Amino acid sequence: MTEIRLETRALSRRFGALVAVHNIDFKLGDGARHALIGPNGAGKTTFINLLTGVLPPSGGSVLLGGRDITATTQAERVKLGIARTFQINRLFRGLSVLENVCIGVAERVGAASSMVYPTGRRRDVIGESMQLLETLKLQDHARQRVSELPYGRQRLVEIAIAIGLRPKVLLLDEPAAGVPSAESHIILDAIERLPEHIAVLIIEHDMDVVFRFAKRVTVMVSGAVFAEGTPREIEANPQVRAVYLGQACHG
Amino acid sequence: MTDVTSSSAQPAFAAMVEHPAARALIRRHRLRWWELLPWAAAVVFYFAAPDYLGFGTGLLITILFALSLDLALGYAGIVTLGHAAFFGTGAYAVGLLAFHGIWTEPLSSLVIAAVLAAIVGLLSGLVLLRTRGLTLLMLTICTMALLEQAANMAHDYTGGFDGLPSLPIAPVFGVFEFNPLYPNTQFLYSLGVVLVCFVFLRTLVYSPFGQSLTGIRENLLRMHAVGSPVRRRLVTCYTISAALAGIAGGLWAQTNAYVNLSVLGLDRAATVLIVLILGGYGRLYGAFIGAVVYLALEHFLARIYPTAWQLGLGVLLVLIALFARNGILGLGEMLWQRHGPRRARS
Repeated sequence: MTEIRLETRALSRRFGALVAVHNIDFKLGDGARHALIGPNGAGKTTFINLLTGVLPPSGGSVLLGGRDITATTQAERVKLGIARTFQINRLFRGLSVLENVCIGVAERVGAASSMVYPTGRRRDVIGESMQLLETLKLQDHARQRVSELPYGRQRLVEIAIAIGLRPKVLLLDEPAAGVPSAESHIILDAIERLPEHIAVLIIEHDMDVVFRFAKRVTVMVSGAVFAEGTPREIEANPQVRAVYLGQACHG
Repeated sequence: MTDVTSSSAQPAFAAMVEHPAARALIRRHRLRWWELLPWAAAVVFYFAAPDYLGFGTGLLITILFALSLDLALGYAGIVTLGHAAFFGTGAYAVGLLAFHGIWTEPLSSLVIAAVLAAIVGLLSGLVLLRTRGLTLLMLTICTMALLEQAANMAHDYTGGFDGLPSLPIAPVFGVFEFNPLYPNTQFLYSLGVVLVCFVFLRTLVYSPFGQSLTGIRENLLRMHAVGSPVRRRLVTCYTISAALAGIAGGLWAQTNAYVNLSVLGLDRAATVLIVLILGGYGRLYGAFIGAVVYLALEHFLARIYPTAWQLGLGVLLVLIALFARNGILGLGEMLWQRHGPRRARS
């Protein structure tokens, strides 16, 4: 593995008596393709929320490129290069696809606090956003309102906004969740074509996606790391099969 | 400013801005011909209806007040029913200064009104905007009620319930006197102030800052996730909106030459909200349409049916709420999109 980009040390989060995330030591290298799997309620999304600063941890620390960022806010972490997508779409539904991406890009380049010049004068922001839409094959929908798009394309806009932030670390929270299987290939294609240097952590229930995409897999159970390894190792691990893969078959 | 013009944009991006969607976004802020209509109408009104200039002045002030609310409510999605707090602050600022003979020059008085209202907006915004929804709504009403009571209790300075009558307002530019019987000066002065404020507001909503406010309205969580300083943006927006409401209030005090507690009342706050919803919020011109329709209804219905004119308004509001959630302007846009000339969609 190359240089460590994102690291957690003994990261924990309690909600009252419930320990949602317990003492997680986790490393994500530059250009990683890492999957986080585990049964429902294992604490995967809480873990993402701790990484992005949505929630403060009860204990432990988060390091980005060796720097302790535990105390920084969500907005600061975005500036430092951590971007995410949401399990449920969080889009600007009434705005066009292009504007959805533009808002993120404008924040990244520091244009968004300008009150004097119209948005239309920032051709750099608009041009970059259009280009991003083209790489994700969304250019034909650029003028449409997000709320008018089919669900799969909306999921793609989620990813587009995140990439527009030019992250070093990208956290994808079930990017293909709820997408009809006929459409899911567009999400998978987009994930496979992500820029190589970005460290990607993906939460996913669909094992086909995990095994196709990930080079490493971490299994979380009850808030703790249960196993970690290559997809083959995880697949072959009898304990994992018992707690997770087996369960998935039953469920 | 960090404006980057097309010349310094990377060549790869230059080709992209030729896409119809990009071109539409680049051109969105450009002035369209119909945007001159309200101002042309105001000039025609000035010559055609000299007997109604008092009414017209009130209309202009209502438009400005509704525009200030549109920035906070329509663009940033700040739910408030206490916007009269800032209108009243502006009105009392002008009134107190004039009544006590401290300052009567009208334009600089409006600047003072704007600054004071902005300070009230900033201080209350820092506390209020930590909350959302119904809590926020209640707190905005509370802020306004506190100010109203403060104005009532400071009887020695504010005149309490009776207010401050016969404010001496100096001539505009030292030349144009305010004449209560022939409000020509009041109308043109208000028209000028509203135009300046409107140009400022229009620039603001089409700026990246304005776009980020729309983003906050559309999805707060996503704005946090793209690294936007959401709280700071909201407080800034609320402060600017308060300043504009303060100017509207200051204008009201100057053109009426009195101030009373009504400038801080829930009635006024509710009326401006109704005006904005009637016209359509989040689209600038809703404030114009809403104010015209509301005041015309008030004026003419009250003549025909003095005891129950509000019934007509009530029926209209119910119809708007049921069939045109985006107000009269939203209804117009929808009809235009359905039946107007088809444009090529990208």
